[in-house]
Amino acid sequence: MNNKLKTLAKGITDVGPLMIPVLPFGIIYGVIGMELGLSAYMTFGMSIIIFGGASQIVLLQLFSGGASSFVIITSVTAVNSRHLLYGAVFTEYLSHLKFLWKMILSYVLIDQAFAVSNTFFKENKDNKNKHYHLLGAGFTCWTIWQISTILGIVLGSVIPEKLGLSFTISLTFLAILINDFRKFKNIIVILVSGIVATIGYNTVPFQGYIIVASLTALIAATLLTILDFKKN
Amino acid sequence: MIFLLKKDILSDKAKKILSYVPSAIFPAIIFPPIFLDSEGSLDLENNPKILAALFAIIVGYVSKNIIGTIFAGLISYWFLIFVYY
Repeated sequence: MNNKLKTLAKGITDVGPLMIPVLPFGIIYGVIGMELGLSAYMTFGMSIIIFGGASQIVLLQLFSGGASSFVIITSVTAVNSRHLLYGAVFTEYLSHLKFLWKMILSYVLIDQAFAVSNTFFKENKDNKNKHYHLLGAGFTCWTIWQISTILGIVLGSVIPEKLGLSFTISLTFLAILINDFRKFKNIIVILVSGIVATIGYNTVPFQGYIIVASLTALIAATLLTILDFKKN
Repeated sequence: MIFLLKKDILSDKAKKILSYVPSAIFPAIIFPPIFLDSEGSLDLENNPKILAALFAIIVGYVSKNIIGTIFAGLISYWFLIFVYY
């Protein structure tokens, strides 16, 4: 019992610092949701049901751009698909758990929780209760996200636009992506995605620029992987 | 929820391609708001966001610190807006 609590607490403290930028992120989300005319329940509901900052922001961006449901669903799915990667990486450590555990852990598994728990799992492979780390990290993320969403809904238009807090969104994703900048092949994929998205923003109909950019970049990634495997 | 499936359902190749997913998705969300202005046209000259983002990338690359990266970008952005623009 002691080890479980210790591991849980470690999860909470490990993810703590990463929660600092999540607060303005969630607030911005809440503010934009209200500005677009969504009800408080809808805005907050998305935070509970979707629980993915990037996905929720993209949903709002596309919604305000007048995209169709099909484009919104496909784009949000594309943005969410990185969670497939997180799940795949964690099979190694968590596949032995009972179904209910997996459901709960999958629900709270988001970028920041993945980042800290991945490090912990690698260094503590023998800890029988290591999944408690993810539980602690994940639920901390969840709580902070819900609180900041509510703050955004309540504060609404009080926050001045000049602070450029929406730039924080780009910065947060940039910061999460930074490690990928170290690998040359990833830089190629990043550039393909970014350039196609920027050009596609105005040229691709139905606000499909995210889907088009992601698919193009993934094709580039597939080509690079095939070339890699052929060499070896 | 992928770990509800079997352990080795993905081939090595598939796992490698999957590892590129963040690099393929995030830039699509990051680049347009930085390079395009509110009307959607390319804004390369009067754009503090590009410089702030570049500074954030450098800080992030060197420090390997997520929060440091975000704050570096924000502080340089505020600095550029209030001093130069």
